[in-house]
This record gives sequence, structure tokens and C-alpha cells, in this order.
Amino acid sequence: MSESESKVVFQRPHALLPVVTNYCPGCTHGIVNRLVAETLDELDVEGSAVGVAPVGCSVMAYDFFGCDMIEAAHGRAPAVATAVKRVHPDNVVFAYQGDGDLASIGMAETVHAATRGENITVIFINNAIYGMTGGQMAPTSLPNQVTQTSPYGRDVATAGFPVRVCELLSSLDGVAYLERVTVDSPKNVRKAKKAIKRAFQNQIDKKGYSLVEVVATCPTNWGMTPQEAFEWMRENMLPYYPLGVYKDVEADGFANAAEAAAARAAACPIAQKGRE
Amino acid sequence: MEKVLMKGNEALAESAMRAGCRFFFGYPITPQTELAAYMSKNMPKVGGTYLQAESEVAAINMVYGASAAGARVMTSSSSPGISLKGEGISYMAGADLPGVIINVQRGGPGLGGIQPSQSDYFQATKATGHGDFQVVVYAPSTVQEMADIAYEAFDVADKYRTPVMILADGMLGQMMEPVALPQPKDPADLPEKPWACTGHGGKRPHNVANSLYLTADALEKLNVERFQRYEAIKAAEQRAESYLADDADIVLVAFGASARVARSAVNAARAEGIKAGLVRPITLWPFPEKALEATIASAKEYLVVEMNMGQMVEDVRLCIEGRRPVEFYGRCGGVIPTPAEVLEQIRAIQGRLNDAQEKEGE
Amino acid sequence: MERELQILLAGFGGQGVLFAGKCIAYAGLMDGREVSWLPSYGPEMRGGTANCSVTLSDAPIGSPLVTAPNVLVALNQPSYDKFVDEVVPGGVIIADTSMIADLRLRDDVECFGVPATQIAEDNGLGKGGNMVLLGKLYEVTKFCDWDTLVEGLRHCIPASKAHLLDNNIKAIKLGMEA
Repeated sequence: MSESESKVVFQRPHALLPVVTNYCPGCTHGIVNRLVAETLDELDVEGSAVGVAPVGCSVMAYDFFGCDMIEAAHGRAPAVATAVKRVHPDNVVFAYQGDGDLASIGMAETVHAATRGENITVIFINNAIYGMTGGQMAPTSLPNQVTQTSPYGRDVATAGFPVRVCELLSSLDGVAYLERVTVDSPKNVRKAKKAIKRAFQNQIDKKGYSLVEVVATCPTNWGMTPQEAFEWMRENMLPYYPLGVYKDVEADGFANAAEAAAARAAACPIAQKGRE
Repeated sequence: MEKVLMKGNEALAESAMRAGCRFFFGYPITPQTELAAYMSKNMPKVGGTYLQAESEVAAINMVYGASAAGARVMTSSSSPGISLKGEGISYMAGADLPGVIINVQRGGPGLGGIQPSQSDYFQATKATGHGDFQVVVYAPSTVQEMADIAYEAFDVADKYRTPVMILADGMLGQMMEPVALPQPKDPADLPEKPWACTGHGGKRPHNVANSLYLTADALEKLNVERFQRYEAIKAAEQRAESYLADDADIVLVAFGASARVARSAVNAARAEGIKAGLVRPITLWPFPEKALEATIASAKEYLVVEMNMGQMVEDVRLCIEGRRPVEFYGRCGGVIPTPAEVLEQIRAIQGRLNDAQEKEGE
Repeated sequence: MERELQILLAGFGGQGVLFAGKCIAYAGLMDGREVSWLPSYGPEMRGGTANCSVTLSDAPIGSPLVTAPNVLVALNQPSYDKFVDEVVPGGVIIADTSMIADLRLRDDVECFGVPATQIAEDNGLGKGGNMVLLGKLYEVTKFCDWDTLVEGLRHCIPASKAHLLDNNIKAIKLGMEA
């Protein structure tokens, strides 16, 4: 085969640095990191992007993404991203967070960044467990799920119920777009990519807060092979965390989250002040 | 320059804006609220951002983010809120991010009270958060000094890439005094921060703001380097005011609001013929060892006056190293000591000194 | 007036205690003197007692908290009762006698009772009792000259309420004559 005939059909996205990640074999973080990087490439925003990494398994994402990166304290990525976006409103700012980070210790920051309608993109990896610390119960661990800190299975009578993040955030006025996806098959990876790209495009179009929840696996801490983990996820997680779009103000016919919020508060005079 | 009458809290805010600060993140708490209110009113007028965060924790992490993005940024709170900010301040120190944090102290522990206090001295100078680090701590004692220090604090923070704390209290924050405000700076004219996360634009490798180092050797090396920077700060940034201290037998040491009380007491003592003086630390970290050392030749005894149960007194004893007695007088919980109370302490010390002299003469 | 004035103004929240103090402080500022103004603060301000310490001096001011006032301006009975014994011998008390029924006098302190609230109401000056008392204080202590006082007052009144300046001056003059 001559050189002129060769054609690149697959390569590392430019926004993903040529380094070895710290993710376990079979971990879905690698797939999602790649989807984010592909998106940065395709939207040509790596140079203006600032990413915020969490505390959790993707804590070292600042070494993997080629854009400028900030490592946040546990749970505080939405607050950090808020400030970066306020300082540089024309940059593309995203937070990449896991379930413990986003839905437990950082729930206040998550809810308030969302309700403020911060024009940022959040990628949320929900694998129902604390991976980095070795497999403890997460806010999204399922009822009866066995973890290191729920050795008899999550007892909802004492440990309470899992948090459904997309459903929770869908009631907030600042939110433009929420979609729950997974990456267990090529088809679902493509759908996840589409959602992630949409969440970034929304930010560029100034639509408001966008979050994509990726229902993911943790073969290491679940004690399964990657394929078994996907099987367990499909069987147990997807019924609890159904895939789909939970909010899309554009599909609802609004230009952005603020317009949708105004329509929702149409009967409230003070909320309509200054809108003419 | 024309002077205006301003509350300390407002002077801090106005001066910060004049220093080019355009980002303020805070959460309401007495007795610092005027500062946040001033920012909310005036930041929009200069194209700046005032954002009321959902918590002190969020506010300090917004400061972390804005600082990482290259902005001059500030937050303010009072004692209980500063405890919550401890996390973010530690991360800022660990990531070498500048920023200015105001603590308008009130009495503690716990919810404590809302009256003025200086009981966060330990927190500010020893352990604002976890880990091996320091923040530069200023203790202004007049509204003018609050304005001057808020203006300079941003330069110091940027120069050394460190958080800077201004330790005020409810009295200084609430009181009004005449103040001449510094010249406004245009944020566009401030020095560039090549390390900031602004988007690399394809023109440089990516910048990373981070405090995580999983290799012990790497973390140790960074900490050691940071402490070398702290040595430079100690050498260059110590500040104190000496008042009638050159020939003083009894040297009072007090900062902030209690230094004002101590000054009145010193004046009253001098009027009685007692040779009292005052060393007023303006930086609490670095502690002004040099100014204190300069008094040791004449001083017979030291009296530390604080609005707490005795915190700075430990640093004074570390400086004096047992060479002279170091006494303490403090009120806490929001009680402000009166000059008369402090004068009583000075008289008591003078009485002891006289007795000792008489014995020597016998 | 050259000596140091340590003024304590005390009354209910809403009586304009802090404002009257601020007017004195601003006049001191216009005169280039050392000045401090310190309010009580916190929940008690909202409807409870309010007081404020004002010091005018020619030397740097130590504690801005006036604990031994040489001037007390009392706007109600509880404040009068609380602070009357704090005034230093030779000091001055200005008291609103329309609010203070029991004016316990001291031999070593000069006390000026003025029915300030009544005077303000009788002259259509609404809540101008604080300014009537300020007028009396001015007449007794002459802590600055007249033009300085008016200029200080002008600084204390927000632009949106500039029309109130004349009323305030009127109230001060009534206090001076009372």
C-alpha cells in the first residue's frame, strides 16, 4: 500500500493528551474522557476551554485533557466552574464529576450552580459507588447494593434512598438541558457523544446550565468483569435511572433556560419585571 | 486628598475595587454584611461581579476558581464563616493561588456572638486549614489602614502567589473614620499571570491549577519550595508600628482594635509618669519579630492585650524567648477592654517593677 | 472647641441616633479633626435600643468605644437610666424630655432637658427630634462653626433626600433656641 493511499480512520483526539490514564481496565471513564475530548476537537474549542476536575477516580483528568484544567476540592467543581465562567464568559467551561463528588458532598454546589443557570457544561459519571477510595456506598448506590460501607446491602431504612440527579435538577429554572445516557454499546456511545456535544453547544449558544449524566460501571469495585458489569448495570441501574432527556428547553420551544423560566412564572408579576 | 467618612467594612470593599478587584463572592454574616452589600451595589457599576454564593464553602471555591482564571478576587466573612472557608484557603495555598480573604471577627467558639473579637488569631496565623502552609495576615487598626491594606493586599497576594487574609473585627468593620481612598487601578493594566487558566488558544501547553501530588517526594519538594517563599515573605513583609516604645519600661503588644485601646492606656500611663509604649503588629504573619526585638534593650516587661483568651501572647513569648516576663490581659466573647482596665494592668506591673527595684536597692 | 469630645448618643432604633452621630462626625471631618463613629449593631438595632459613640479629637483616637462620655445625648428613658452615671464629672447631658419622664439629675453634670420630639412634631418636622437635640448639643458645645455643621449635614443626607436638608436645619435651629 503506497503512502498516498493511507488514510487516518481513528486517532487520539487532540484534546486528549498522549498520556497513560490511571483508570482501571474496563472502566467507562476512558470512553467518556474521549467523548469529551472529541467534542472539544469537533467544536474547535480546546484553546478556549477550561475544565474542572473533581475528587474521585477522574481526579487526575487535569493530566489527560489538553485544555487548561483546574483541580477542585471534593464536590466544589460547580462553584469553581461558576467563577471561571464569570471571569471568562466567552470561554467554554466544563466540570467533570462523579456521583460522590456531584451528588453527595457537592450537592449544594450542584443544585445552586444549576438554579443560577450558570452557562456551563457538567459531565456526571454515575457508577453507584465511590471508586477511588475503594468501593464505598455512594449517594446513587442502589437499594440492597453491597459495598464496603453497606456490607449487608444498602438498607434504605437507615441509609436512605439513592438520588436521581436528572429528575432532581429537572425542576430547576436555570437548567437548559439534562440527559441521561450510558456507554455500554457502540450505539449508546454514539448517543452519549451526541448528548455531550449538545451540552457543550448549548453553552456556546448561551442556553443555560447543561448536564449529561452517564450511567457507568465500576468493574473493579463491583467485583465483576467489564461485560458482567455492563450486564448488572443494564439489569439494575437502568430501571432505577432510566435513560432519556429530562429537560430540554429548546425542544420545549424556548430560546434558553431564562425564557423557559419566565414562561413558567408568567403569573408572577415581580418575576416578569424588566422583561419587556 | 479629600477624606470621606466611611465604615471600615465599606472602606475594605471600595479599596479592593480600586486595587482592580472585580470579583467578589460571599455569604451574609454579621458583622461583615456592609462589605458584601457595598460590593453588590458597586461592582455592577464598574462591570464587576458580585455573586452571593450558596455557602461560605462555595464562596471560597469560587474565589479559588476566579483566581485560577487569573482574576483579582476577594471574599469576606466573619469567624464562623471563615471556618467554612478553611478548606478552600488550604486548596488555594496548595495550588499557589492568590486571593484576598477578609475576616471581620466576632466572638466564638461555635455560633458565639456578634460583637467584636480577636479570637481567630490562631486560626489565621497557625491553621487556617489543613496542611503545611501559611497565609499572609494583616491586622489593620484604623479605617484608613483598612483601606490601605485592602489595596496593597492584592499586590502582595499576586507577588507571592499566596492567599492574604485581612483580620479585622466587628468594631473596625462597623466604625466610621475619615479615610483618603487610594487611586483606582484599571484591571487591564495589572501584570499578566502566565500561569492562569484562561484557555491556551493553541499557543502554549495547558495550564493546570492543582494541589494534588500523589508522589510523596514531589509533594515534599513543592512544600519545601513554598516555605522558601515564606522565608522571603518573612524577610520582606513584616510590618509593625512602634509607639513610644523606644524608651519604654513596659511594652504593650496589641493589634487591631485592642491596639487602639492599648494606645489610649499608654497615653494615660505616660501622663502618670509610667514609661509605657506599644508595639502594634500590622502583619500577624509574618509576625513582626524585628520590631519586637528592637524593644528588648529597654523593656523590662511586656504586656500583651488581646480580645481573646490569649493567642498572640504565645508568639510574643516565642520572640522574647524568656528574656523578659510577658504578661497577658484579655477580654473575650465580644467584650471590648477599656483603656482604664489596661491602665490598671500597667500600674500593677509598674508597682512590681518598683518593688523589685527597691529590693535591689536594699 | 478644642477639647476632646466623647459623645454617646442613645435611644430607640428609628429615632435617628446613628444619623445624628454621623452629622457630628462629618462636621469634625470637615474641620480636619480626628473623628470616630461607632454604632451598636446587631439584632437590637431593629426596633430595640441603638446607641453610637462619636469622638472628636485633635490627637489620634484610641478606642472608639465611648465608655466615659463627656457628652450624653439621651433620646429615651432606658438610655438615660443606663448611661446617666457613666458621664464624667463636668460633662454635659442633652435629654429629650418628651421621651424621658424621670430626669434624675446629677450635681456634677450639666443637664439640658429639651422636649425635642414634641418640638419636632409641633413644627411639622416629623421624626426630627434627633436634630432638635443636635441643635441643643451644638448650642452648648459649639463643636464646630455653623457653616461646617451645615456642610457636614449636607454630606450625610443622600442625594435622593436632599430636600430634607432645610427641615433638618430648621430642627437644629429650634433646638438651639430651646
